[in-house]
This record gives sequence, C-alpha cells and structure tokens, in this order.
Amino acid sequence: MNNKLIVSTSPHISSPVKTRNLMLDVIIALMPALVASVIFFGPRAILIEAVSVATCVVCEYICRKIMKRENTIGDLSAVVTGLLLAFNLPSSVPIYVPIIGGGVAIVVAKQMFGGIGQNFVNPALFARIVLMNSFPTLMTTWWAAGNFGADTTATASILANIKAGAEVGYTYLDAFLGNVPGCLGETSALAILIGGIYLICRKVIKPVIPLVYIVTVFVLSAILGLDPLMQILAGGLFIGAFFMATDYVTSPLTVKGKIIYALAMGVMTTLIRRFASLPEGVSYSILLLNIIVPLIERKTVPLPFGAVKEPKKAKEESK
Amino acid sequence: MAKQSGFLATLGFARDPGAPVPHRKNTSASATEVMPVPATVTIAMSMHIGAPCTPCVKPKDHVDVGTVIGSSPAFMSALIHSSVSGTVKKVDSILMPNGSKTQAVVIDTDGQQTLDPSLKAPEINSKEDFLEAVKASGLVGLGGAGFPAHIKLNPATPVDILCINGAECEPYITADEHEFLENYENVIYGITQVRKYLGVEKVLIGIEGNKPGAIALMKEKTAEYDYISVVTLPARYPQGAEKVLIDQMTDRQVPPGKLPADVGTVVMNVASIGFLGGYLKDGIPLTTKRVTVDGSAITTPKNVRVLIGTPIKDIIDFCGGYKETPAKLISGGPMMGIALMTDDFPVLKQNNAFLAFNEKDAKSFEPTSCIRCGRCVDACPMNLMPTKLEDGVLFKDVEILKEYGVMNCMECGCCAFVCPANRKLVHAMKLGKMYVREAGQ
Repeated sequence: MNNKLIVSTSPHISSPVKTRNLMLDVIIALMPALVASVIFFGPRAILIEAVSVATCVVCEYICRKIMKRENTIGDLSAVVTGLLLAFNLPSSVPIYVPIIGGGVAIVVAKQMFGGIGQNFVNPALFARIVLMNSFPTLMTTWWAAGNFGADTTATASILANIKAGAEVGYTYLDAFLGNVPGCLGETSALAILIGGIYLICRKVIKPVIPLVYIVTVFVLSAILGLDPLMQILAGGLFIGAFFMATDYVTSPLTVKGKIIYALAMGVMTTLIRRFASLPEGVSYSILLLNIIVPLIERKTVPLPFGAVKEPKKAKEESK
Repeated sequence: MAKQSGFLATLGFARDPGAPVPHRKNTSASATEVMPVPATVTIAMSMHIGAPCTPCVKPKDHVDVGTVIGSSPAFMSALIHSSVSGTVKKVDSILMPNGSKTQAVVIDTDGQQTLDPSLKAPEINSKEDFLEAVKASGLVGLGGAGFPAHIKLNPATPVDILCINGAECEPYITADEHEFLENYENVIYGITQVRKYLGVEKVLIGIEGNKPGAIALMKEKTAEYDYISVVTLPARYPQGAEKVLIDQMTDRQVPPGKLPADVGTVVMNVASIGFLGGYLKDGIPLTTKRVTVDGSAITTPKNVRVLIGTPIKDIIDFCGGYKETPAKLISGGPMMGIALMTDDFPVLKQNNAFLAFNEKDAKSFEPTSCIRCGRCVDACPMNLMPTKLEDGVLFKDVEILKEYGVMNCMECGCCAFVCPANRKLVHAMKLGKMYVREAGQ
C-alpha cells in the first residue's frame, strides 16, 4: 500500500443531518406562514420579508469579513433570523424598520456575541423588542387583513381589544386562519401549525416546548378568567412557541430544563396579557426566559447513568 | 442507557438515548470462510487489558499450534499461544494501532498446523479447575475490550445472571451473528459450563432484532434449557455496550465506576462463550478469530476465520484485495473502531472486523460552531452533556469536566455521530479524561 491512510478519532461515520439542513428545514417550515402573510397582507408582506432577509444576510457577511472569521452565511441561519424578524413586523411599517431590525438582530444580538451558537437571546426577538421600544407607534399600527395598504386606517388587534375591554370583533375561525390584524407571520395559527408539524416530523424540534407553552397559556388563561381559546389563537403565541421558543441556541439542553422553560414562558405570557399594561407578552416572556436559560440548565444537569441521587439533606448542606 | 422511552421520547418529554446509525450488515449471509495459513504471523504480546506478556520462545525455536509463547506472572494478564506450527523467526518490538510499542513473536509457518502434543481437553472437577482451564485457554473478552476471562469469571461478589452479548450493534460487523449461526452448539455448551461453575441462576442471550435468523435458531436450540432465555433487543446503537445491555436485559443499572458483578451480573460476548465451549471440549487455546471484512474499498466483503497474528493485508488480499484506493482502514466498527495507519498490523485476539473505506466514505467534515441543538445530550447513553464537556475541554477546566462526569463517558460515539456541527466530541472526551487523570496525580 503506497498511499497514506487517514487516521482520526472514532466515530468514522456521521449522521447526514447538518446545521445547514436544519436551517433549511426551518425555512421550509416558515413557508406556509409566508404564504399566509401574502394572502392576508398583500405584496407588501413579501417586500418587508425580502428586505429583512437581505439585511440579515448582508450584515452577517460584513460582520464576518470585518472580524476576519470564516463566513457563515452558508449555514442559512441569517435567513431564518430575517424571516422571523419580518414575521414579527406589522404590514404597515416603513422599509427602514426591517433594515434597522435586521442590523440589530445580526450585528448586536448575534455577531457581537460570537456568531451562531453564541447569542444569549433570540436575535429576531431581540430586534423586535428594540423596534417596539424605538418605534412604538409604527410597531403597533395594524392594517386589517385584506387591506393591502390602500387604506391606511389602523385597526386594533384582538389582544388589544381584549385588553381594552372592547368586543373581540373576530371569530375563532378568523383567528385560526389568520384573517385578523397582526404581525405578518403571526396571525395564521393554521400556517404556523403546519410548519410546526413539519419541523416535528423532520425531527428538527420535539413537541415538548410548544406543547407545554401553549397548554400553560390555555390553562392559566382559563383560570384567570380569559377566553382560553382566543388567548392561544390570537397574538404571537403560536409563532413564538413553535419557532422562537424552540430556538436551539437559547433554549435549555436538558429535558427537565425545557419543561421548566416552557412552563415559565406560559405563566409569564399569561400574566403579562392579563395584568401588565401591554396587550401581548410572548416576546418579553421568551426573551426573559432566554436570559435565564443558563441558570435553568445548571439546575437540571441529569445524573450520570446508574448514579443515585444524593439524599435531599446532603444536597442542601452542600449548598 | 435508559431504555427506549418510546412515545414520551418522541414528544421530547424524555431523553432518547442512542443514535440512529445505519446497520449495513452486508455480510449477514456470508458464511465464514477459513483463510489459508499465511507465510508468517506476528503475535503481539499485549492483546488484553493488563500486563503485557513476556515472550517465552527464542528465534529458531519450533512451535506448534497452541504452544505457549508468551506469559506474565501478573494477576491481570492472559496467556498467549502460537496460532501456527513453524519456526520462530524473531522476537521484535512492534508498533500497536494505539501508537504504543509492544513485544511480538514473528513465526515462519510450515503450513502443517500440527497441534502441540501437550494439548488435551481440560479435566474439570471444581470451580478452581474451571478457572485454571479458562486461564490456560488464553481467553480474553472478544467483544473488543480484551478483559482476561479468568478474572471476569471469578467475581468478588456473588452473581446470579449471566448475560451473553450478541447485540452486535456496530454497523457492518456480522462476526457475532455468525458465531450464533455456525457455532451455537459450543455457545450453549459454554453457557452450561459457566453456569455450573459460576452458580448463576439465569442466562440471558441478547441479540438485536435485526438478526432474526440468529434469534430463531437460538430460541429453538435453547428451548430445552429452562434457565436460558433469548432476549430480542432493540436494534439501536449502542445496545451492545455492557452497561446498556445489562440495563435493557435485567433492569439493573451499573453505577459509575462499578463493574457488572456489583449488580450481580456477568457479561460475556458470544464469541468468547462460543470459544470457551469449544475449548472445554477439545483443549485448543485461542488461536483463531472470526472477523468481518467490509467497507467500500473491499472487493468481496466476507466473514473470515483467521489465525491470530495474520497481517491484515493478507486478510484483505483473501477478500479480493482493495477495489479502490483505501483512504481509511478501521479495526473494529465505524462507531468505536480504531483508524489504522497501515495494513501491516497483525490480527489481535479482540479484533472482530476490518473495514476499508474509499476516499468518499473516509471524508470527515470540518467542525462548525455548536448550535446547542442538544442532540448530543439527548443521545448520550450515559446521561452526560457532551457539549458542556467539550467546553470544559476547550477551557481545560478540570472542575467542569468532573462536575459533568467526563469519566463516565464510554466513547460510544453517539454524540459525535448525531452532531450537526461535526464537533469532534469523542476526541474531546478522550482529552477531557486525560486532563482529569493528570490533575488527579
């Protein structure tokens, strides 16, 4: 034998699932919501989405160049961030909003912390919150579904109506299909659900986080005297639960941690909706829980196989 | 590995340990072929866990099949016998696949395969006789670890269950499957003898569900023994890892740092028990081994019975040689096997497969950033958090490594297999263990 052999540590085979495939699957899963956004909010939806995605990809490219690191736009994670950010904007926003948002998401939330895998909060959500606080009016100016921009009269969202004690004004079916005012990608629970089921079938995510999150909101809303069905169908709960809360980087690694994380988000979302001054609490809940993920993880490290749990007393003493 | 939690794991409410590795049992239907005696054999003096043997022959000595050529006074060691008849050419130091050096006896074969006249079936009247016979056979754990059998079969604590490991969860390898199919009589005879002298109550033969032929045959042949049951194991890697196997078959969990005997079990690989059964009948020590030869660079994948010490390249020539330029040669399976730097290495007792891959299959992917997807945490059969351990390794932080239990890692490779970012996690675990050991000294 004349040639040299490759010597490396085992294992010598690996799963075909790579980061890029996972991100591609997320993009595919977001397509039903993209279609719904065009159906309900018209061609302007596509424009906002395209600008947002392009900004994210360009920002990522420039950041990596400046930092002299290998370029990571090929992993498609910037495209996912761009889509999610656009889905969190109303159809009425001026074009500079997704541009600023995309910059904040990629430069501040993602690349400043080291790029993919290092961001401590979901970049798209972080950008949404920055935009919410910078442009509170722009970010809550809803055009009714089916109004493609010809008429600039603002309407109130379902959750805002509920908060104000006004009539909801929409049926469950409207809310489920997405025929209601709201952010581009969040209105259609149906479209998000199709995407979510796709992700679950492709084993990109497991149902634990969305399931616990949505069920918690449902149950707690019922207890607090809110209409539980409308609470889960309206607002950003579905997109938050399926696409934001399940973000790998900012959710706990452990099973127990995932359950605690989702449960806490459900509680916080409902409490904000019921008691705080804001009509909607999904973004803030997820962002706050993102921040305490390291803490949850530390407290839920699984015991090694076969190890026996220390008795409670000894554990407390060691604290 | 916690047993498969099924639906709960699918939903994500429970971990889903193990990895969906492909099976690729291409040689499943290939009956074992006996390879002709090679011109020379190189018999290494370290083919077991424990002290290496000292050669007890010198150049120009005549040896027969079964002549003892290496021994050690150490407690943890195993005898080494000549696998051929012929003349000792030299006693030399050779390089082992793991990079260490060891003594080896090189023998020019005469092709006669004359048996050493002193060999005879052992006479066994007591447990002591039995253990003495096992020791004389040179048997070590043939599943890959090479643990001396006479020590394993003399546990310090009482054991009540004997587990026969026929899971064979590594892709490609079918040597154990063929041990069942071709040598079931000796497997069963070995079981009856170990049971008799070890005093176990129950014997469980574990075979993964992807070997229905072996399962059906063993069920049929063990029907008359009420203490033997054949257990169909889920065909999911790493079912054949000792602790995983015990948990699956007996519901007993071996705690970290403990041995199977501490939970009343002894595990033997099917090839080990099959050999032992035969040895107790005819007294021929461990001189041959069945190995699977496969991989994309091999012309005719086969199961081959080879003499210990046969150069790997001779075995590959017996399988039609390389059909493509090999880019990687592995001793063992693709999940835990060792990549070899040359095909000049001789066959060791504990080898069970040689796989040669072409350039395409040998390609390894560049690692990218960890995306914290948690697949490694989900897959670890030992409930560890490989990504956290990798952090510990990168920062050389022994505290993190200890806290997250790096020493429990068995290097099964599930984490690295499932990693979408191609992180070299097993490599990191090996380094991590080294750091902890160094810090402990």
